[in-house]
Amino acid sequence: MLRQASRLISRSVTAASSKSVTARAFSTELPSTIDSTFVESWKKVAPNMDPPQTPSSFMKPRPSNASSIPTKLTVNFVLPYASELSGKEVDMVIIPATTGQMGVLPGHVPTIAELKPGIMSVHEGTDIKKYFVSSGFAFLHANSVADIIAVEAVPLENIDASQVQKGLAEFTQKLASASTDLEKAEAQIGVEVHSAMNAALSG
Amino acid sequence: MASSAAVPFWRAAGMTYITYSNICANLVRKCLKEPYKAESMNREKVHFSLSKWADGKPQKPVLRSDAPEV
Repeated sequence: MLRQASRLISRSVTAASSKSVTARAFSTELPSTIDSTFVESWKKVAPNMDPPQTPSSFMKPRPSNASSIPTKLTVNFVLPYASELSGKEVDMVIIPATTGQMGVLPGHVPTIAELKPGIMSVHEGTDIKKYFVSSGFAFLHANSVADIIAVEAVPLENIDASQVQKGLAEFTQKLASASTDLEKAEAQIGVEVHSAMNAALSG
Repeated sequence: MASSAAVPFWRAAGMTYITYSNICANLVRKCLKEPYKAESMNREKVHFSLSKWADGKPQKPVLRSDAPEV
């Protein structure tokens, strides 16, 4: 009988409230109040049971968006083994997204960007810090917070140019001689990563 | 509704994103100068023992105790 409870409720709710939410609101705009018609119908059918909770009732409230664009971008740059930058306020960050080098200023539109191997630079006044990022993601939030996660990120000075050249030659040769799809993909990845490192060192 | 974006070449070849990302990270680590290279290889070492089970009993374990290769 309890299994029928949800069916009975949906029947009574659709009969009772003609207004149904056909246009879905964004999660940042939904009111935090619970649907009162649903709770009332539930109490009529199963007065001794608590109404079911929805995932949104367990979530913390979303951080509110500033009314005016903030002057600084807050950057959290993390690696699996270390937190490189944590809550650092900067002017601009340029990230190597798969769609090209993307400049992020405060007030950037919320974006999730996949990163390709390339240079990430953090601009603070006249200070520019560059890292070579192997791959990862960048989450740009509406409140001008940027979460950048990378698997491996090294300052450019730590890269050995001769090894990069050797690797590039090796993988270009592997790409030419590859047979299976998987071998070709691996060789292609090698060529891409090494050419990106090469460009980073010379550019 | 047709799927929109073209798949990346590694996805088309049957590779997952994690594999791709790990390969990229390993390649970058290999091109570091010493001592950073030794530090990173040290950091990425894995040690594990794997045993298959049959009839409710563990069989002979396989011990992996080396730095991960690409």
